[in-house]
Amino acid sequence: MNIKNSFAIAQKDWLEVKQNKATFLPIMIVPLFFIVVIPLLFTLILPNVAGGVEDFTTDPDMQGFFAAMPAEMTKVLEGLDPTQTMIVAMLGYIFAPMFLIVPLMFSSTIAAESFAGEKERKTMESLLYTPISDQELFFGKVMAAAIPAILITWVCFFLYTIIVNAVPYASFGRLWFPLPVWWLLIFWVSPALVAMSISLTVLISTKAQTFQGAYQTSSAIVLVVVVFFIGQMTGVLFLSPLVALIMGVICWGVAAIIGRIGMHSFSRQKLLTD
Amino acid sequence: MDVINLNQVSFQYAKSFALRDVSFRMQKGEVFALLGPNGAGKTTTIRLVNGLLNTSSGSMTVLGCDPYKDGITIRRKTGVLTETPALYERLTALENLTFFGKLNGMSKVDLNKRIQELLDYFDLSEHAHQRVGTYSRGMRQRLAIARALLHHPELLFLDEPTSNLDPEIARQVQDLILQVKREEGCSVVICTHRLYEAEQVCDHAAIMHEGKLLAEGSLQELREAAGLAKRVRFAFQKPLPTALKTELLQMKVVKNVELQDEKELVLGVSDYESVPEILAWMIGKNLAILSVIPEIPSLEEVYFKLQDHQDEVK
Repeated sequence: MNIKNSFAIAQKDWLEVKQNKATFLPIMIVPLFFIVVIPLLFTLILPNVAGGVEDFTTDPDMQGFFAAMPAEMTKVLEGLDPTQTMIVAMLGYIFAPMFLIVPLMFSSTIAAESFAGEKERKTMESLLYTPISDQELFFGKVMAAAIPAILITWVCFFLYTIIVNAVPYASFGRLWFPLPVWWLLIFWVSPALVAMSISLTVLISTKAQTFQGAYQTSSAIVLVVVVFFIGQMTGVLFLSPLVALIMGVICWGVAAIIGRIGMHSFSRQKLLTD
Repeated sequence: MDVINLNQVSFQYAKSFALRDVSFRMQKGEVFALLGPNGAGKTTTIRLVNGLLNTSSGSMTVLGCDPYKDGITIRRKTGVLTETPALYERLTALENLTFFGKLNGMSKVDLNKRIQELLDYFDLSEHAHQRVGTYSRGMRQRLAIARALLHHPELLFLDEPTSNLDPEIARQVQDLILQVKREEGCSVVICTHRLYEAEQVCDHAAIMHEGKLLAEGSLQELREAAGLAKRVRFAFQKPLPTALKTELLQMKVVKNVELQDEKELVLGVSDYESVPEILAWMIGKNLAILSVIPEIPSLEEVYFKLQDHQDEVK
Protein backbone atom coordinates (compact mmCIF):
# COMPACT_ATOMS: atom_id res chain seq x y z
CA MET A 1 0.00 0.00 0.00
CA ASN A 2 1.35 3.43 -0.97
CA ILE A 3 0.48 5.78 1.88
CA LYS A 4 1.35 8.79 -0.33
CA ASN A 5 -1.69 8.03 -2.49
CA SER A 6 -3.96 7.81 0.56
CA PHE A 7 -2.55 11.09 1.84
CA ALA A 8 -3.12 12.78 -1.54
CA ILE A 9 -6.80 11.73 -1.36
CA ALA A 10 -7.11 13.00 2.21
CA GLN A 11 -5.49 16.32 1.25
CA LYS A 12 -7.90 16.72 -1.66
CA ASP A 13 -10.86 16.02 0.64
CA TRP A 14 -9.63 18.61 3.16
CA LEU A 15 -9.33 21.15 0.40
CA GLU A 16 -12.91 20.40 -0.62
CA VAL A 17 -14.14 20.56 2.97
CA LYS A 18 -12.46 23.95 3.36
CA GLN A 19 -14.45 25.22 0.40
CA ASN A 20 -17.74 23.74 1.63
CA LYS A 21 -18.57 26.37 4.23
CA ALA A 22 -22.31 25.79 3.98
CA THR A 23 -21.97 22.32 5.54
CA PHE A 24 -19.20 22.94 8.00
CA LEU A 25 -19.92 26.35 9.50
CA PRO A 26 -23.13 25.16 11.23
CA ILE A 27 -21.35 22.24 12.88
CA MET A 28 -18.62 24.54 14.18
CA ILE A 29 -21.30 25.99 16.46
CA VAL A 30 -21.48 22.75 18.46
CA PRO A 31 -17.87 22.75 19.73
CA LEU A 32 -18.14 26.47 20.31
CA PHE A 33 -21.16 25.81 22.53
CA PHE A 34 -19.38 23.03 24.42
CA ILE A 35 -16.04 24.70 24.95
CA VAL A 36 -17.14 28.29 25.52
CA VAL A 37 -20.84 28.72 26.32
CA ILE A 38 -21.35 25.85 28.80
CA PRO A 39 -18.10 26.41 30.76
CA LEU A 40 -18.86 30.13 31.02
CA LEU A 41 -22.40 29.36 32.17
CA PHE A 42 -21.15 27.31 35.13
CA THR A 43 -17.99 29.24 35.96
CA LEU A 44 -19.10 32.80 35.38
CA ILE A 45 -22.86 33.23 35.08
CA LEU A 46 -24.49 30.82 37.58
CA PRO A 47 -22.11 31.63 40.50
CA ASN A 48 -23.02 35.32 40.05
CA VAL A 49 -26.78 34.83 39.79
CA ALA A 50 -28.61 35.07 43.10
CA GLY A 51 -29.66 31.56 44.17
CA GLY A 52 -27.99 29.97 41.14
CA VAL A 53 -25.66 27.70 43.11
CA GLU A 54 -28.29 26.87 45.78
CA ASP A 55 -30.81 25.90 43.13
CA PHE A 56 -28.20 23.57 41.64
CA THR A 57 -27.08 21.88 44.86
CA THR A 58 -30.62 21.46 46.25
CA ASP A 59 -32.03 20.11 42.97
CA PRO A 60 -33.46 16.60 43.69
CA ASP A 61 -31.83 15.14 40.56
CA MET A 62 -28.44 16.50 41.60
CA GLN A 63 -28.98 15.22 45.15
CA GLY A 64 -29.61 11.78 43.63
CA PHE A 65 -26.50 12.14 41.50
CA PHE A 66 -24.28 13.00 44.47
CA ALA A 67 -25.80 10.22 46.59
CA ALA A 68 -25.11 7.59 43.92
CA MET A 69 -21.54 8.74 43.20
CA PRO A 70 -18.84 6.14 43.73
CA ALA A 71 -16.32 6.81 46.48
CA GLU A 72 -13.46 7.71 44.14
CA MET A 73 -15.52 10.59 42.72
CA THR A 74 -16.86 11.76 46.06
CA LYS A 75 -13.23 12.04 47.16
CA VAL A 76 -12.59 14.61 44.44
CA LEU A 77 -15.47 16.77 45.68
CA GLU A 78 -14.40 16.66 49.33
CA GLY A 79 -13.55 20.01 50.84
CA LEU A 80 -15.03 22.03 47.96
CA ASP A 81 -17.47 24.88 48.54
CA PRO A 82 -20.93 24.69 46.83
CA THR A 83 -19.80 26.78 43.82
CA GLN A 84 -16.69 24.67 43.31
CA THR A 85 -18.77 21.50 43.75
CA MET A 86 -21.15 22.66 41.02
CA ILE A 87 -18.27 23.48 38.65
CA VAL A 88 -16.45 20.18 39.20
CA ALA A 89 -19.63 18.06 39.10
CA MET A 90 -20.96 19.69 35.94
CA LEU A 91 -17.84 20.43 33.94
CA GLY A 92 -15.71 17.57 35.28
CA TYR A 93 -18.21 14.70 35.36
CA ILE A 94 -21.74 15.24 34.09
CA PHE A 95 -20.65 17.11 31.02
CA ALA A 96 -17.87 14.63 30.12
CA PRO A 97 -19.96 12.29 27.89
CA MET A 98 -21.43 15.25 26.02
CA PHE A 99 -17.95 16.36 25.00
CA LEU A 100 -17.72 13.15 22.96
CA ILE A 101 -20.31 14.60 20.57
CA VAL A 102 -17.53 16.77 19.09
CA PRO A 103 -15.45 13.94 17.55
CA LEU A 104 -18.60 12.11 16.54
CA MET A 105 -20.12 15.05 14.71
CA PHE A 106 -16.98 15.94 12.83
CA SER A 107 -16.06 12.41 11.88
CA SER A 108 -19.53 11.47 10.63
CA THR A 109 -19.96 14.72 8.69
CA ILE A 110 -16.58 14.57 6.97
CA ALA A 111 -16.88 10.83 6.29
CA ALA A 112 -20.38 11.23 4.80
CA GLU A 113 -19.15 14.13 2.69
CA SER A 114 -16.06 12.22 1.63
CA PHE A 115 -17.72 8.91 0.71
CA ALA A 116 -21.39 9.54 -0.12
CA GLY A 117 -20.79 13.16 -1.19
CA GLU A 118 -18.29 12.02 -3.80
CA LYS A 119 -20.82 9.50 -5.11
CA GLU A 120 -23.55 12.13 -5.13
CA ARG A 121 -21.46 14.57 -7.15
CA LYS A 122 -20.48 11.74 -9.52
CA THR A 123 -16.77 12.35 -9.06
CA MET A 124 -16.11 8.90 -7.64
CA GLU A 125 -15.79 7.26 -11.06
CA SER A 126 -12.90 9.48 -12.13
CA LEU A 127 -11.15 8.49 -8.91
CA LEU A 128 -11.79 4.80 -9.59
CA TYR A 129 -9.97 5.10 -12.92
CA THR A 130 -6.73 6.20 -11.22
CA PRO A 131 -3.89 3.71 -10.57
CA ILE A 132 -4.54 3.35 -6.86
CA SER A 133 -5.72 0.28 -4.99
CA ASP A 134 -9.12 -0.02 -3.29
CA GLN A 135 -7.23 -0.13 0.03
CA GLU A 136 -5.36 3.13 -0.65
CA LEU A 137 -8.61 4.80 -1.62
CA PHE A 138 -10.35 3.48 1.49
CA PHE A 139 -7.57 4.58 3.85
CA GLY A 140 -7.34 7.97 2.15
CA LYS A 141 -11.01 8.53 2.82
CA VAL A 142 -10.72 7.28 6.42
CA MET A 143 -7.73 9.57 7.04
CA ALA A 144 -9.66 12.49 5.55
CA ALA A 145 -12.33 12.13 8.23
CA ALA A 146 -10.31 10.78 11.17
CA ILE A 147 -7.41 13.23 11.32
CA PRO A 148 -9.44 16.47 11.47
CA ALA A 149 -12.04 14.95 13.82
CA ILE A 150 -9.35 13.87 16.30
CA LEU A 151 -7.35 17.09 15.99
CA ILE A 152 -10.44 19.26 16.47
CA THR A 153 -11.34 17.23 19.57
CA TRP A 154 -7.86 17.75 21.00
CA VAL A 155 -7.93 21.45 20.24
CA CYS A 156 -11.38 21.73 21.84
CA PHE A 157 -10.10 19.83 24.89
CA PHE A 158 -7.11 22.18 25.16
CA LEU A 159 -9.32 25.28 24.97
CA TYR A 160 -11.86 23.76 27.38
CA THR A 161 -9.02 23.05 29.83
CA ILE A 162 -7.88 26.67 29.66
CA ILE A 163 -11.39 28.09 30.14
CA VAL A 164 -12.50 25.82 33.01
CA ASN A 165 -9.24 26.43 34.87
CA ALA A 166 -8.71 30.10 34.11
CA VAL A 167 -12.17 31.55 34.78
CA PRO A 168 -12.68 30.10 38.31
CA TYR A 169 -8.95 30.23 39.17
CA ALA A 170 -9.51 32.85 41.83
CA SER A 171 -11.93 30.54 43.62
CA PHE A 172 -9.90 27.29 43.31
CA GLY A 173 -6.44 28.76 43.57
CA ARG A 174 -5.12 25.76 41.57
CA LEU A 175 -5.62 23.94 38.26
CA TRP A 176 -8.37 21.41 38.96
CA PHE A 177 -8.94 20.16 35.41
CA PRO A 178 -8.49 17.70 33.69
CA LEU A 179 -9.71 14.96 36.00
CA PRO A 180 -8.10 11.54 35.37
CA VAL A 181 -11.06 10.18 33.39
CA TRP A 182 -10.73 12.98 30.80
CA TRP A 183 -7.34 11.79 29.64
CA LEU A 184 -8.90 8.46 28.77
CA LEU A 185 -11.92 10.12 27.19
CA ILE A 186 -9.87 12.34 24.91
CA PHE A 187 -6.98 10.06 23.98
CA TRP A 188 -8.61 6.62 24.15
CA VAL A 189 -12.41 6.83 23.85
CA SER A 190 -12.59 9.74 21.34
CA PRO A 191 -10.35 8.09 18.70
CA ALA A 192 -12.31 4.86 19.24
CA LEU A 193 -15.61 6.67 18.69
CA VAL A 194 -14.16 8.37 15.61
CA ALA A 195 -13.11 4.98 14.23
CA MET A 196 -16.55 3.55 14.99
CA SER A 197 -18.37 6.50 13.48
CA ILE A 198 -16.26 6.47 10.29
CA SER A 199 -16.63 2.70 9.87
CA LEU A 200 -20.39 3.02 10.21
CA THR A 201 -20.54 5.99 7.81
CA VAL A 202 -18.45 4.12 5.23
CA LEU A 203 -20.75 1.14 5.45
CA ILE A 204 -23.82 3.33 5.06
CA SER A 205 -22.21 5.42 2.32
CA THR A 206 -21.62 2.42 0.08
CA LYS A 207 -25.43 2.07 -0.06
CA ALA A 208 -26.55 5.70 0.40
CA GLN A 209 -26.61 7.83 -2.73
CA THR A 210 -26.50 11.23 -1.04
CA PHE A 211 -24.47 13.01 1.62
CA GLN A 212 -27.63 13.83 3.59
CA GLY A 213 -28.80 10.21 3.57
CA ALA A 214 -25.44 8.93 4.83
CA TYR A 215 -25.02 11.72 7.39
CA GLN A 216 -28.47 11.38 8.91
CA THR A 217 -28.19 7.61 9.31
CA SER A 218 -24.67 7.67 10.72
CA SER A 219 -25.56 10.48 13.14
CA ALA A 220 -27.60 7.93 15.07
CA ILE A 221 -24.30 6.96 16.71
CA VAL A 222 -24.68 10.06 18.90
CA LEU A 223 -27.20 7.95 20.83
CA VAL A 224 -24.23 6.16 22.44
CA VAL A 225 -23.24 9.46 24.04
CA VAL A 226 -26.80 10.29 25.05
CA VAL A 227 -27.11 6.88 26.75
CA PHE A 228 -23.96 7.59 28.78
CA PHE A 229 -25.19 11.03 29.70
CA ILE A 230 -28.56 9.71 30.91
CA GLY A 231 -26.87 6.78 32.63
CA GLN A 232 -24.68 9.16 34.58
CA MET A 233 -27.48 11.59 35.44
CA THR A 234 -29.65 8.78 36.78
CA GLY A 235 -26.81 7.21 38.73
CA VAL A 236 -26.93 3.97 36.73
CA LEU A 237 -23.49 4.43 35.20
CA PHE A 238 -20.64 6.68 36.27
CA LEU A 239 -17.92 7.54 33.86
CA SER A 240 -14.99 6.37 35.97
CA PRO A 241 -11.56 5.67 34.42
CA LEU A 242 -12.39 1.95 34.40
CA VAL A 243 -15.71 2.55 32.60
CA ALA A 244 -13.93 4.81 30.07
CA LEU A 245 -11.30 2.14 29.52
CA ILE A 246 -13.96 -0.52 28.90
CA MET A 247 -15.99 1.87 26.75
CA GLY A 248 -12.92 2.47 24.58
CA VAL A 249 -12.25 -1.27 24.21
CA ILE A 250 -15.87 -1.87 23.15
CA CYS A 251 -15.80 1.04 20.65
CA TRP A 252 -12.49 -0.11 19.13
CA GLY A 253 -13.89 -3.64 18.86
CA VAL A 254 -17.10 -2.49 17.19
CA ALA A 255 -15.06 -0.20 14.90
CA ALA A 256 -12.84 -3.13 13.90
CA ILE A 257 -15.84 -5.32 13.05
CA ILE A 258 -17.79 -2.64 11.13
CA GLY A 259 -14.57 -1.38 9.53
CA ARG A 260 -13.78 -4.85 8.23
CA ILE A 261 -17.25 -5.18 6.72
CA GLY A 262 -16.99 -1.61 5.35
CA MET A 263 -13.59 -2.27 3.79
CA HIS A 264 -14.91 -5.45 2.20
CA SER A 265 -17.83 -3.44 0.74
CA PHE A 266 -15.44 -0.83 -0.57
CA SER A 267 -14.41 -2.37 -3.85
CA ARG A 268 -14.63 -0.72 -7.23
CA GLN A 269 -17.04 -3.36 -8.49
CA LYS A 270 -19.37 -2.97 -5.49
CA LEU A 271 -19.30 0.81 -5.66
CA LEU A 272 -20.34 0.70 -9.32
CA THR A 273 -22.87 -2.10 -9.17
CA ASP A 274 -24.66 -1.67 -5.81
CA MET B 1 0.19 -6.27 -31.09
CA ASP B 2 -3.26 -6.31 -29.52
CA VAL B 3 -3.75 -3.60 -26.92
CA ILE B 4 -7.24 -4.89 -26.19
CA ASN B 5 -8.46 -8.42 -26.77
CA LEU B 6 -11.95 -9.34 -25.61
CA ASN B 7 -13.01 -12.94 -26.01
CA GLN B 8 -16.69 -13.81 -25.46
CA VAL B 9 -16.94 -11.34 -22.58
CA SER B 10 -20.21 -11.01 -20.68
CA PHE B 11 -21.06 -8.84 -17.71
CA GLN B 12 -24.16 -8.89 -15.58
CA TYR B 13 -25.40 -6.04 -13.35
CA ALA B 14 -27.74 -7.61 -10.74
CA LYS B 15 -30.16 -9.46 -12.99
CA SER B 16 -29.64 -7.91 -16.40
CA PHE B 17 -26.79 -8.42 -18.84
CA ALA B 18 -24.91 -5.25 -19.75
CA LEU B 19 -22.61 -7.18 -22.11
CA ARG B 20 -23.22 -10.51 -23.78
CA ASP B 21 -20.48 -12.53 -25.50
CA VAL B 22 -18.59 -9.54 -26.82
CA SER B 23 -15.37 -10.21 -28.72
CA PHE B 24 -13.11 -7.71 -30.44
CA ARG B 25 -9.46 -6.86 -30.83
CA MET B 26 -7.77 -3.51 -31.02
CA GLN B 27 -4.28 -3.01 -32.40
CA LYS B 28 -1.61 -0.70 -30.99
CA GLY B 29 -1.73 2.82 -32.39
CA GLU B 30 -5.31 2.52 -33.66
CA VAL B 31 -8.23 4.81 -33.08
CA PHE B 32 -11.12 2.49 -32.29
CA ALA B 33 -14.70 3.70 -32.10
CA LEU B 34 -17.31 2.05 -29.89
CA LEU B 35 -20.64 3.02 -31.35
CA GLY B 36 -24.15 2.40 -30.13
CA PRO B 37 -27.13 4.00 -28.42
CA ASN B 38 -27.41 4.52 -24.64
CA GLY B 39 -27.47 1.16 -22.88
CA ALA B 40 -25.47 -0.52 -25.64
CA GLY B 41 -22.70 -1.47 -23.18
CA LYS B 42 -20.01 1.03 -24.18
CA THR B 43 -19.38 2.42 -20.69
CA THR B 44 -19.44 -1.08 -19.17
CA THR B 45 -16.81 -2.12 -21.72
CA ILE B 46 -14.55 0.78 -20.64
CA ARG B 47 -15.03 -0.14 -16.98
CA LEU B 48 -14.17 -3.77 -17.69
CA VAL B 49 -11.02 -3.09 -19.66
CA ASN B 50 -9.79 -0.73 -16.94
CA GLY B 51 -10.30 -3.36 -14.25
CA LEU B 52 -13.12 -1.59 -12.45
CA LEU B 53 -15.40 -4.56 -13.01
CA ASN B 54 -14.73 -8.26 -13.38
CA THR B 55 -16.25 -10.25 -16.23
CA SER B 56 -19.17 -12.59 -15.52
CA SER B 57 -17.75 -14.90 -18.20
CA GLY B 58 -15.22 -14.80 -21.00
CA SER B 59 -11.65 -13.57 -20.95
CA MET B 60 -9.73 -10.47 -21.93
CA THR B 61 -6.31 -8.92 -21.98
CA VAL B 62 -5.45 -5.24 -22.03
CA LEU B 63 -1.86 -4.18 -22.76
CA GLY B 64 -0.94 -7.80 -22.19
CA CYS B 65 -2.45 -7.99 -18.69
CA ASP B 66 -5.62 -9.29 -17.09
CA PRO B 67 -7.40 -6.02 -16.26
CA TYR B 68 -9.12 -7.20 -13.08
CA LYS B 69 -5.98 -8.79 -11.59
CA ASP B 70 -3.57 -6.12 -12.79
CA GLY B 71 -5.90 -3.14 -12.64
CA ILE B 72 -3.32 -0.79 -11.12
CA THR B 73 -0.72 -1.59 -13.80
CA ILE B 74 -3.29 -1.03 -16.53
CA ARG B 75 -4.74 2.16 -15.09
CA ARG B 76 -1.21 3.57 -14.86
CA LYS B 77 -1.07 3.29 -18.66
CA THR B 78 -4.61 4.37 -19.48
CA GLY B 79 -6.36 7.70 -19.39
CA VAL B 80 -10.14 7.92 -19.24
CA LEU B 81 -12.55 10.71 -20.04
CA THR B 82 -15.77 9.63 -18.36
CA GLU B 83 -19.20 10.35 -19.80
CA THR B 84 -19.64 13.27 -17.39
CA PRO B 85 -16.53 15.39 -16.71
CA ALA B 86 -16.53 14.24 -13.02
CA LEU B 87 -14.30 17.08 -11.83
CA TYR B 88 -14.08 18.49 -8.32
CA GLU B 89 -16.10 21.64 -8.69
CA ARG B 90 -14.98 23.23 -5.43
CA LEU B 91 -11.35 22.97 -6.53
CA THR B 92 -9.56 25.01 -9.17
CA ALA B 93 -8.41 23.55 -12.49
CA LEU B 94 -4.85 23.54 -11.19
CA GLU B 95 -5.84 21.72 -7.99
CA ASN B 96 -7.82 19.15 -9.97
CA LEU B 97 -4.95 18.38 -12.33
CA THR B 98 -2.36 18.37 -9.53
CA PHE B 99 -4.43 15.88 -7.56
CA PHE B 100 -4.82 13.45 -10.47
CA GLY B 101 -1.17 13.89 -11.44
CA LYS B 102 -0.10 12.90 -7.93
CA LEU B 103 -2.26 9.79 -8.03
CA ASN B 104 -0.64 8.90 -11.34
CA GLY B 105 2.76 9.06 -9.65
CA MET B 106 4.06 12.06 -11.64
CA SER B 107 7.02 14.00 -10.27
CA LYS B 108 6.35 17.60 -9.29
CA VAL B 109 8.53 19.02 -12.09
CA ASP B 110 6.97 16.84 -14.82
CA LEU B 111 3.49 17.47 -13.48
CA ASN B 112 3.83 21.26 -13.42
CA LYS B 113 5.26 21.29 -16.94
CA ARG B 114 2.56 18.99 -18.27
CA ILE B 115 -0.24 20.93 -16.57
CA GLN B 116 0.95 24.16 -18.16
CA GLU B 117 1.21 22.47 -21.57
CA LEU B 118 -2.32 21.11 -21.39
CA LEU B 119 -3.87 24.28 -19.97
CA ASP B 120 -2.28 26.23 -22.82
CA TYR B 121 -3.44 23.70 -25.41
CA PHE B 122 -7.03 23.78 -24.17
CA ASP B 123 -7.01 27.54 -23.71
CA LEU B 124 -7.59 27.31 -19.97
CA SER B 125 -4.42 28.95 -18.63
CA GLU B 126 -6.20 32.17 -17.74
CA HIS B 127 -8.73 30.21 -15.69
CA ALA B 128 -6.26 27.87 -13.97
CA HIS B 129 -6.91 29.37 -10.53
CA GLN B 130 -10.66 29.59 -10.97
CA ARG B 131 -12.96 27.08 -9.30
CA VAL B 132 -14.27 24.49 -11.74
CA GLY B 133 -17.80 25.10 -10.46
CA THR B 134 -17.69 28.46 -12.24
CA TYR B 135 -16.66 26.90 -15.58
CA SER B 136 -18.95 26.55 -18.60
CA ARG B 137 -19.81 23.02 -19.76
CA GLY B 138 -17.32 23.28 -22.62
CA MET B 139 -14.52 24.39 -20.30
CA ARG B 140 -15.22 21.48 -17.97
CA GLN B 141 -15.11 19.04 -20.85
CA ARG B 142 -11.79 20.46 -22.03
CA LEU B 143 -10.36 20.21 -18.52
CA ALA B 144 -11.59 16.61 -18.20
CA ILE B 145 -9.85 15.72 -21.47
CA ALA B 146 -6.68 17.40 -20.18
CA ARG B 147 -6.95 15.25 -17.04
CA ALA B 148 -7.20 12.08 -19.15
CA LEU B 149 -4.05 13.07 -21.09
CA LEU B 150 -2.09 14.25 -18.07
CA HIS B 151 0.22 11.23 -17.61
CA HIS B 152 0.84 10.51 -21.33
CA PRO B 153 -1.35 7.37 -21.41
CA GLU B 154 -0.58 4.56 -23.85
CA LEU B 155 -4.26 3.83 -24.18
CA LEU B 156 -6.80 6.63 -24.06
CA PHE B 157 -10.56 6.20 -23.57
CA LEU B 158 -12.80 9.07 -24.53
CA ASP B 159 -16.47 8.69 -23.70
CA GLU B 160 -18.37 11.27 -25.75
CA PRO B 161 -15.34 13.58 -26.03
CA THR B 162 -16.97 16.31 -28.08
CA SER B 163 -20.29 16.57 -26.30
CA ASN B 164 -20.78 20.07 -24.86
CA LEU B 165 -18.08 21.48 -27.12
CA ASP B 166 -18.60 24.12 -29.75
CA PRO B 167 -17.60 23.09 -33.30
CA GLU B 168 -14.24 24.84 -33.15
CA ILE B 169 -13.14 23.08 -29.97
CA ALA B 170 -14.69 19.80 -31.15
CA ARG B 171 -12.47 20.05 -34.22
CA GLN B 172 -9.51 20.75 -31.96
CA VAL B 173 -10.26 17.58 -29.99
CA GLN B 174 -10.42 15.55 -33.22
CA ASP B 175 -7.04 16.97 -34.22
CA LEU B 176 -5.70 16.15 -30.78
CA ILE B 177 -6.82 12.52 -31.09
CA LEU B 178 -4.94 12.19 -34.35
CA GLN B 179 -1.97 14.05 -32.87
CA VAL B 180 -1.59 11.77 -29.81
CA LYS B 181 -1.94 8.79 -32.10
CA ARG B 182 0.68 10.12 -34.49
CA GLU B 183 3.18 11.71 -32.10
CA GLU B 184 2.88 9.60 -28.96
CA GLY B 185 1.80 6.30 -30.54
CA CYS B 186 -1.22 6.39 -28.26
CA SER B 187 -4.08 4.00 -28.97
CA VAL B 188 -7.47 5.65 -28.60
CA VAL B 189 -10.93 4.24 -27.90
CA ILE B 190 -13.78 6.66 -28.57
CA CYS B 191 -17.37 6.13 -27.54
CA THR B 192 -19.56 8.54 -29.42
CA HIS B 193 -22.96 9.21 -30.87
CA ARG B 194 -21.40 11.58 -33.41
CA LEU B 195 -20.81 9.16 -36.25
CA TYR B 196 -19.43 11.73 -38.63
CA GLU B 197 -16.71 12.58 -36.13
CA ALA B 198 -15.93 8.93 -35.51
CA GLU B 199 -15.56 8.41 -39.23
CA GLN B 200 -13.04 11.26 -39.42
CA VAL B 201 -10.69 9.78 -36.85
CA CYS B 202 -11.23 6.04 -36.41
CA ASP B 203 -9.42 3.16 -38.07
CA HIS B 204 -11.69 0.48 -36.68
CA ALA B 205 -15.12 0.51 -35.10
CA ALA B 206 -17.43 -1.78 -33.18
CA ILE B 207 -21.18 -1.28 -33.33
CA MET B 208 -23.02 -2.33 -30.20
CA HIS B 209 -26.68 -2.76 -29.37
CA GLU B 210 -28.16 -3.81 -26.02
CA GLY B 211 -24.90 -5.37 -24.84
CA LYS B 212 -24.21 -7.27 -28.04
CA LEU B 213 -21.66 -6.61 -30.72
CA LEU B 214 -23.41 -6.21 -34.06
CA ALA B 215 -20.29 -5.79 -36.17
CA GLU B 216 -16.63 -4.96 -35.77
CA GLY B 217 -13.85 -4.17 -38.19
CA SER B 218 -12.37 -1.50 -40.41
CA LEU B 219 -14.85 0.93 -41.94
CA GLN B 220 -14.69 -1.03 -45.20
CA GLU B 221 -15.37 -4.29 -43.38
CA LEU B 222 -18.32 -2.69 -41.64
CA ARG B 223 -19.75 -1.47 -44.95
CA GLU B 224 -19.52 -5.01 -46.26
CA ALA B 225 -21.03 -6.42 -43.07
CA ALA B 226 -23.94 -4.02 -43.49
CA GLY B 227 -24.37 -5.18 -47.10
CA LEU B 228 -23.94 -1.66 -48.42
CA ALA B 229 -22.67 -1.80 -52.02
CA LYS B 230 -19.99 0.43 -53.39
CA ARG B 231 -21.62 3.10 -55.46
CA VAL B 232 -20.62 5.40 -58.31
CA ARG B 233 -22.59 8.46 -59.39
CA PHE B 234 -22.57 9.34 -63.12
CA ALA B 235 -23.78 12.65 -64.58
CA PHE B 236 -24.38 13.03 -68.34
CA GLN B 237 -24.69 15.92 -70.74
CA LYS B 238 -27.83 14.62 -72.45
CA PRO B 239 -30.91 12.64 -71.31
CA LEU B 240 -30.23 8.92 -71.06
CA PRO B 241 -31.79 6.34 -73.42
CA THR B 242 -34.63 4.39 -71.76
CA ALA B 243 -33.08 0.95 -72.40
CA LEU B 244 -29.82 1.90 -70.64
CA LYS B 245 -30.81 0.56 -67.24
CA THR B 246 -31.54 -2.95 -68.62
CA GLU B 247 -28.32 -2.96 -70.59
CA LEU B 248 -26.24 -1.87 -67.57
CA LEU B 249 -27.74 -4.60 -65.39
CA GLN B 250 -26.50 -7.17 -67.88
CA MET B 251 -22.90 -6.21 -66.98
CA LYS B 252 -21.38 -8.57 -64.38
CA VAL B 253 -19.76 -5.77 -62.39
CA VAL B 254 -23.00 -3.81 -61.98
CA LYS B 255 -25.07 -4.82 -58.96
CA ASN B 256 -27.91 -2.33 -59.27
CA VAL B 257 -28.93 0.83 -61.09
CA GLU B 258 -30.78 3.82 -59.62
CA LEU B 259 -31.89 6.48 -62.08
CA GLN B 260 -31.80 9.80 -60.26
CA ASP B 261 -33.20 11.86 -63.14
CA GLU B 262 -32.94 11.75 -66.93
CA LYS B 263 -29.28 12.89 -66.85
CA GLU B 264 -27.98 11.21 -63.71
CA LEU B 265 -27.71 7.67 -62.35
CA VAL B 266 -26.08 5.80 -59.46
CA LEU B 267 -24.60 2.35 -59.99
CA GLY B 268 -23.94 -0.23 -57.30
CA VAL B 269 -20.67 -1.92 -58.29
CA SER B 270 -18.77 -4.98 -57.10
CA ASP B 271 -15.63 -2.89 -56.64
CA TYR B 272 -14.22 0.43 -57.73
CA GLU B 273 -11.69 -1.24 -60.03
CA SER B 274 -14.55 -2.10 -62.37
CA VAL B 275 -15.27 1.61 -63.02
CA PRO B 276 -12.89 1.89 -66.05
CA GLU B 277 -14.70 -1.05 -67.67
CA ILE B 278 -18.08 0.64 -67.15
CA LEU B 279 -16.70 3.94 -68.44
CA ALA B 280 -15.32 2.28 -71.57
CA TRP B 281 -18.70 0.67 -72.17
CA MET B 282 -20.50 4.03 -71.77
CA ILE B 283 -18.05 5.79 -74.11
CA GLY B 284 -18.67 3.03 -76.62
CA LYS B 285 -22.36 3.87 -76.37
CA ASN B 286 -21.55 7.53 -77.14
CA LEU B 287 -22.80 8.76 -73.76
CA ALA B 288 -21.40 12.21 -72.98
CA ILE B 289 -20.15 11.83 -69.39
CA LEU B 290 -19.86 15.01 -67.31
CA SER B 291 -18.69 13.52 -64.02
CA VAL B 292 -17.96 10.24 -62.27
CA ILE B 293 -17.99 10.32 -58.48
CA PRO B 294 -17.41 7.23 -56.32
CA GLU B 295 -19.78 7.26 -53.33
CA ILE B 296 -18.56 5.57 -50.17
CA PRO B 297 -21.38 4.71 -47.72
CA SER B 298 -20.89 6.76 -44.57
CA LEU B 299 -20.44 5.23 -41.15
CA GLU B 300 -23.84 6.68 -40.32
CA GLU B 301 -25.48 4.67 -43.10
CA VAL B 302 -23.64 1.54 -41.95
CA TYR B 303 -24.66 2.16 -38.36
CA PHE B 304 -28.34 2.64 -39.10
CA LYS B 305 -28.44 -0.29 -41.51
CA LEU B 306 -27.02 -2.60 -38.82
CA GLN B 307 -29.24 -1.18 -36.06
CA ASP B 308 -32.34 -1.47 -38.30
CA HIS B 309 -31.41 -5.02 -39.17
CA GLN B 310 -31.11 -5.83 -35.46
CA ASP B 311 -34.55 -4.32 -34.78
CA GLU B 312 -36.03 -6.38 -37.64
CA VAL B 313 -34.49 -9.57 -36.20
CA LYS B 314 -36.08 -8.78 -32.82
